[in-house]
Amino acid sequence: MEQYAVEMLHITKRFPGIIANDDITLQLKKGEIHALLGENGAGKSTLMSVLFGLYQPEEGVIKKDGVEVKINNPNDANALGIGMVHQHFKLVECFTVLDNIIMGVEPNKMGFLQKKEAREKVMALSEKYGLHVDPDAKIEDITVGMQQRTEILKMLYRDNEILIFDEPTAVLTPQEISELMQIMKNLAAEGKSILFISHKLNEIMEVADRCSVLRKGKYIGTVETKNTTIEQLSAMMVGRNVNFHVEKKPANPGEVILQIDNMTVASKVHKNNAVKNVSLKVRAGEIVCIAGIDGNGQSEFVYGLSGLEPLVSGKITLCGKDITKSSIRQKSVLGMSHIPEDRHKHGLVLDYSLEDNLILQTYFDPEFTTPAGFLRRKNIREYADKLIEQYDVRSGQGAVTTARSMSGGNQQKAIIAREIDKAPELLIAVQPTRGLDVGAIEYIHQQLVAQRDAGKAVLLISLELDEVMDVPDRILVMYEGEIVGELDPKKTTQEELGLYMAGAKRDEVKA
Amino acid sequence: MKKALKNPGVQAFVASIICIILGLLIGYIVLLFINPEGAAESIVNVIKNFLTWSRPNKKLQQFGNTLAKTMPLLMCSLSILFAYKVGLFNIGAAGQYVAGSCACLYAALAWGWGWLPCMIFALVAGAVLGAIVGFLKSRCNVNEVISGIMLNWISLYTANTLLTKVKEVASPYTMYIKDVNPSALLPNAGLDKLFNKNQYITIAVPLAMIIAIAVSILLSKTKLGYELKATGSNKNAAKYAGMAENRNIILTLVISGALAGLGAAMLYLTGYMRWECTQSSVPGMGFNGIAAAFLGGLNPIGAIFSSFFIQHITDGGQYVNTNFYSSQISDLISSVIIYLCGFVLFIKITMNNLLAKSEEKKSRALKVSEGGDK
Repeated sequence: MEQYAVEMLHITKRFPGIIANDDITLQLKKGEIHALLGENGAGKSTLMSVLFGLYQPEEGVIKKDGVEVKINNPNDANALGIGMVHQHFKLVECFTVLDNIIMGVEPNKMGFLQKKEAREKVMALSEKYGLHVDPDAKIEDITVGMQQRTEILKMLYRDNEILIFDEPTAVLTPQEISELMQIMKNLAAEGKSILFISHKLNEIMEVADRCSVLRKGKYIGTVETKNTTIEQLSAMMVGRNVNFHVEKKPANPGEVILQIDNMTVASKVHKNNAVKNVSLKVRAGEIVCIAGIDGNGQSEFVYGLSGLEPLVSGKITLCGKDITKSSIRQKSVLGMSHIPEDRHKHGLVLDYSLEDNLILQTYFDPEFTTPAGFLRRKNIREYADKLIEQYDVRSGQGAVTTARSMSGGNQQKAIIAREIDKAPELLIAVQPTRGLDVGAIEYIHQQLVAQRDAGKAVLLISLELDEVMDVPDRILVMYEGEIVGELDPKKTTQEELGLYMAGAKRDEVKA
Repeated sequence: MKKALKNPGVQAFVASIICIILGLLIGYIVLLFINPEGAAESIVNVIKNFLTWSRPNKKLQQFGNTLAKTMPLLMCSLSILFAYKVGLFNIGAAGQYVAGSCACLYAALAWGWGWLPCMIFALVAGAVLGAIVGFLKSRCNVNEVISGIMLNWISLYTANTLLTKVKEVASPYTMYIKDVNPSALLPNAGLDKLFNKNQYITIAVPLAMIIAIAVSILLSKTKLGYELKATGSNKNAAKYAGMAENRNIILTLVISGALAGLGAAMLYLTGYMRWECTQSSVPGMGFNGIAAAFLGGLNPIGAIFSSFFIQHITDGGQYVNTNFYSSQISDLISSVIIYLCGFVLFIKITMNNLLAKSEEKKSRALKVSEGGDK
């Protein structure tokens, strides 16, 4: 019989109104890298929370080394040697790497810290697994990749045998991703067992030995990666075959719709400006993508452009009109549509019904409001039903469904329907496919291309490399608030793009 | 039955009833602890309020008194509810109510104004106080609860100081409006005859109810209501959609303050009560408004009934047997019930969870039986 490091057998976890995990079995062999694949909402996080003792399953057992164990809280998990690198790191910014690693398990004699001892152990671990960190650097001063290595060292310092990586590549550059892959392979070679949670298929194919797939809370199956293909995995994940490549005709750019000159936007978190002196143009009939690693000023750029945050300096022109000082409403009326980065923060009023959300940008239109200020409910319903039908927005009760109860993909579809139906001249789409499943991504990409083909200007801001390579006609790379390169997606490679994104390469870019 | 329970309106109603029953039960237990002898009788009297009187005429008149006092409470609860729907907790309603009281009494007694200008003056006073809170909130990001509570005290002592000029020489109370300036009394419009000539039943009663309906319409059917609720529910989304979210915050608190200020005029201009110029605590009307708003399921129409109920048991407190209990016991019982009213939302959520669970069980049982058939 094969030896498993951890087995989760027939786990069922229910929440009111939903079964998050329905009879799921996951078996992790010693020394293997096991990927856990599934769309958002497939139940990956719940399953890991069960393993970590944050939730108690209604049914099923967990076995460690073949022995049944009860995990009541994260401390139990820790005692069993289970460690996790969370998607959002749990580090103290103003502490050093070493302090963060030993936090909670500080070696001490009568309450006095024994840092020397700790340092030796950390250095030894770092040597052994090729995890290069500077133990005395403060977290706030080091790169995201190094922060992640700190997190990994934290697990190793606690002698964890089972390491869980929760979407570890989302925040990394392509170069850092390949380093991480190597580290994971080293760890597995040294006998650690790794659970790798992801929805990026090529990473799974590259690094994992086996892959278990979840879909809508159900266990679909486990496959050996060497015996499968990306297409097969995605079909398992989504339940149907998906077209990865975006079909589009060559672009036919027309006149300049959006012109930005020397735009500077202040940062909310540090004293420097988040966006520095950015100039660019977007023409009718083209998709321009601003690529970059998360946190390089893209969000602030969009806030400044849309009017959510004030500009420090710069000029914005839309269709020949200076809109630098215009209000958000004026910009919207002049033809700027904005699919926001965070659909829950900006895009929707979650407690409003779907129909009320669909008129969020146009409720003041005479079609929806009488001169006396009363809402024309009948017109609103008709309009909502039209959009729901046209954009295939699915929800429990149609137009009156509360936005909160809808799935992420359908919430996003509703926003896209609203923003596109406004017939904008410029469509700003900020990470429009974030957190969505493959099927919804395909749909949204088609919509963006359709807008382009209809002669609109589309400005896409994206963190996903596949999306950056596939959808736009031009790529602008943003690094530390500046545009550092303009690339042609047909000619460039992911590696070259990565160099620009990491700030290793830069050109002078003229708008 | 279960289907009916899923309707949010029915849910709110059931949750409110459960709160009331729990509150009465706890009140009863408290009475039992203090003195078991008169407990049952006293709690029944609290519930019966005016019904404890045997003569129908007296009953009717006492009912009128409760009704007259319900109206200011209703206005305060509308004030709280309106702000709450826009995501603001207007605890300053108590102070806005005080400002309204001060304005209408001073205008009536010192300046000899008629009832309509007095009433409008009270409304404006409340609105101004609300505007201050709104301005601080939107411009300087001062929490509306903090500035509201501060203003409660400022308005209380301002009112005490100003109204001392129109108080009786021998007592700390303001002079009787009916002696000094009867034109400031709200007209009865014949309504008093319906309540055995209860002079305190005035046009305030229908007016407050009309305002409750108006608030309901404003919130659910107008563009302004749409904007205000969007701002309250998600300020960021409101800004993103180009709504003037700062203006909306100020406007909300102005309307909210105006409602509370007007509520004060609906009590003091009936002559039912006089202002005590030495009082050192903010009148509870504004605070009770919070309970009434929640007990009414945050629905303006529901607030009509919840305000009446709260006033009903508060008045009913007078009928506890003072042989066994000190007179403050009535306040204790009503405050226990009012406190429990705050749990309406909690009970609603619990109810939803229970419903979801039982449904799931059913669907699972169904699945199992289907599986058995195969």
